[in-house]
Amino acid sequence: MSNKVLTPFNLISVPIMLLGLILIVIRFWKGIGAITNLTQDVPWGLWIGFDVVTGVAFAGGAYVLTFMVYILNMHKYHSIVRITVLNGFLAYVFYAGALLLDLGRPWNVINPIIGNNFGTSSVLFLVAWHFLLYMLAQLIEFSPAVAEWLGAKRARKILSGMTIGAVIFGITLSMLHQSGLGALYMMAKDKIHPLWYNEFIPILFFVSSIFAGLSMVIFEGSISHKVFYNQTSENTLKANDDIVHGLSKVCAGAMFAYFFLQFLVFIHGQHWDLLNTPYGYWYLLEMLGFVLLPMLLFFYSYRRRNLLLIKVASIMTIIGVILNRLNVTVIGFKTDMDVRYVPSWMEIVVTLAVIFTEIWIFRWVVRRMPVLRESPSWVKEQ
Amino acid sequence: MSLDRRNFIKTLGVAGVTLAVGKSTVASVTKGTNIEFYGMLYDSTRCVGCQTCENVCAEVHGLPAPEGTPKVGVVRKTDEKHRTVVNSYKTSKGDLFVKKQCMHCNEPACAAACLTQAMHKTKEGPVIWRGNKCMGCRYCMVSCPFDMPKFEYHSPNPKIEKCTMCYERIKEGGKPACAENCPAEAITFGKRRDLIKEARKRICEKPDQYSDQIYGERETGGTGFIYQAPVPYNELGFNTHLQNSSYPALSKGFLYSVPSIFVLVPPILLGIHEATKDNHIKEGEENE
Ligand code: SF4
Ligand code: SF4
Repeated sequence: MSNKVLTPFNLISVPIMLLGLILIVIRFWKGIGAITNLTQDVPWGLWIGFDVVTGVAFAGGAYVLTFMVYILNMHKYHSIVRITVLNGFLAYVFYAGALLLDLGRPWNVINPIIGNNFGTSSVLFLVAWHFLLYMLAQLIEFSPAVAEWLGAKRARKILSGMTIGAVIFGITLSMLHQSGLGALYMMAKDKIHPLWYNEFIPILFFVSSIFAGLSMVIFEGSISHKVFYNQTSENTLKANDDIVHGLSKVCAGAMFAYFFLQFLVFIHGQHWDLLNTPYGYWYLLEMLGFVLLPMLLFFYSYRRRNLLLIKVASIMTIIGVILNRLNVTVIGFKTDMDVRYVPSWMEIVVTLAVIFTEIWIFRWVVRRMPVLRESPSWVKEQ
Repeated sequence: MSLDRRNFIKTLGVAGVTLAVGKSTVASVTKGTNIEFYGMLYDSTRCVGCQTCENVCAEVHGLPAPEGTPKVGVVRKTDEKHRTVVNSYKTSKGDLFVKKQCMHCNEPACAAACLTQAMHKTKEGPVIWRGNKCMGCRYCMVSCPFDMPKFEYHSPNPKIEKCTMCYERIKEGGKPACAENCPAEAITFGKRRDLIKEARKRICEKPDQYSDQIYGERETGGTGFIYQAPVPYNELGFNTHLQNSSYPALSKGFLYSVPSIFVLVPPILLGIHEATKDNHIKEGEENE
């Protein structure tokens, strides 16, 4: 696989990455307006709503899995922790990195870190700090794999001793910034469609990040086990079915809680009249088609131990989470404007370029470090 | 791994830091509407729509001259090149002019949103923007209920533009350019408290000429720029559905929960980790 250069993935991703690079140059040269459709009324579009808000939700798998493996000591899932943490780490690096493209004055990005000034009343201040600290925590969680790759035995011992601390810190940070991404929109009270705005957005974002992250783990797992088949240790492959069944149980449970919460929030909001409008149908599609239905599928398929259905459910869940995040941040934002914001093709290309670059780095790491395959034998002796 | 002292102290340290942050969050919230802020009172019954305010504003701040004139049916908006606009509205009491600009809220959402405090409520009252701090994230724009901060989308070194109540002039003892130059005396500059008194006086003296409501007295927790008009404010293009309490309070609940999560969650996690450790031993695994 590594000696073939003209794979379909390479053929598609390389031109898009190059085009994205050109667009990024234009963006820094001519301003954000040169390649985006953002307006004075809609200052945050695809790059924040999808890359950052949605991307980070999907990266939630890392904190859920480290919770299960290191805190609850569910050893069964140990074999997929590394790949999930790697995925999470890269997601944060790239999607939070995409934030830099969206900053008008990126050279001032260190101001909230060096205290020019600490805007402590800002939710974004909290989120920015947490991104930074969480990346650090994930780096520590992943670092034993790097040490194994480099054969640094002493370093590995020290680094893996730090794992549990990093995990605890990381889970706490994740709880706060996953919900914080929702809390960002609390002051946009009059701008978000009432079917999506409510004071519980932070909790809803947190709960949905659990199944968003795990669905991504299931989905990515099914791809990477094929792509990296020769990299994957036998143990991992053997345990895989069992792991996927377990994860689908957690998904089903978390989705049940989420759906119930959404239902309560809806009743509490008293928006019955809004249901019979185009936005109401759209809302019902999200809630029934992409929350309730995949939840039932998860319940059904883990009882029947049907792997294919689990995959379908995870893909539907992924779509549902994308819908939800975009509904809050973009689609339901300022619905009363005459001219609605629709992302430009250039915003989409840059987004794709960011995703592809992440996959390239991911592939580079997986082929070198013991992520899917077994750790070197000297690790056991430590 | 055992619950060693180092880890415990580390956890405590983290908790302490966030607690401190939490405290300053509480402290940084400006309380009440009785602080002696400067403000401006705009009386739409006096305004003649001459656009002098627009012109002097552009001149003083080195911005391009205004485009267009107030016309019924056309809603001009402030943008990155125009900090204030005057529009004309057809109302139940004839055609009326209204000037729009940043409201200089008592508890500004923009400043609460800003993670670098580039958006800043000065102690004098004007809400100003400081370029050496701003990172251009536009969270202020997302949060402002009046959509007032504007962004230079077509510049590699973009600024946030909005009315600053001529803060520089106020600091030197002057008045905002628009208030000083308005030929119809439709804009009055002064202490907010006095302006509200003045507005009330006008309402008492000519009750049939004015609506009872002073827009900005209560909206969003009170604004520095307040309005008088003869008709209900929705006829003049104002959002009359804004809440009367502070906007920053909307995210306070979340921010206040941060310190407690940081104090409570890590020890609980550590406890569960210790309690479920036996699982490992049972499975006969050895691990880090
Ligand atoms: S009107 Fe908007 S920009 Fe002006 S002070 Fe209030 S929140 Fe800030
Ligand atoms: S764009 Fe600038 S002023 Fe506005 S919130 Fe961001 S850093 Fe603050």
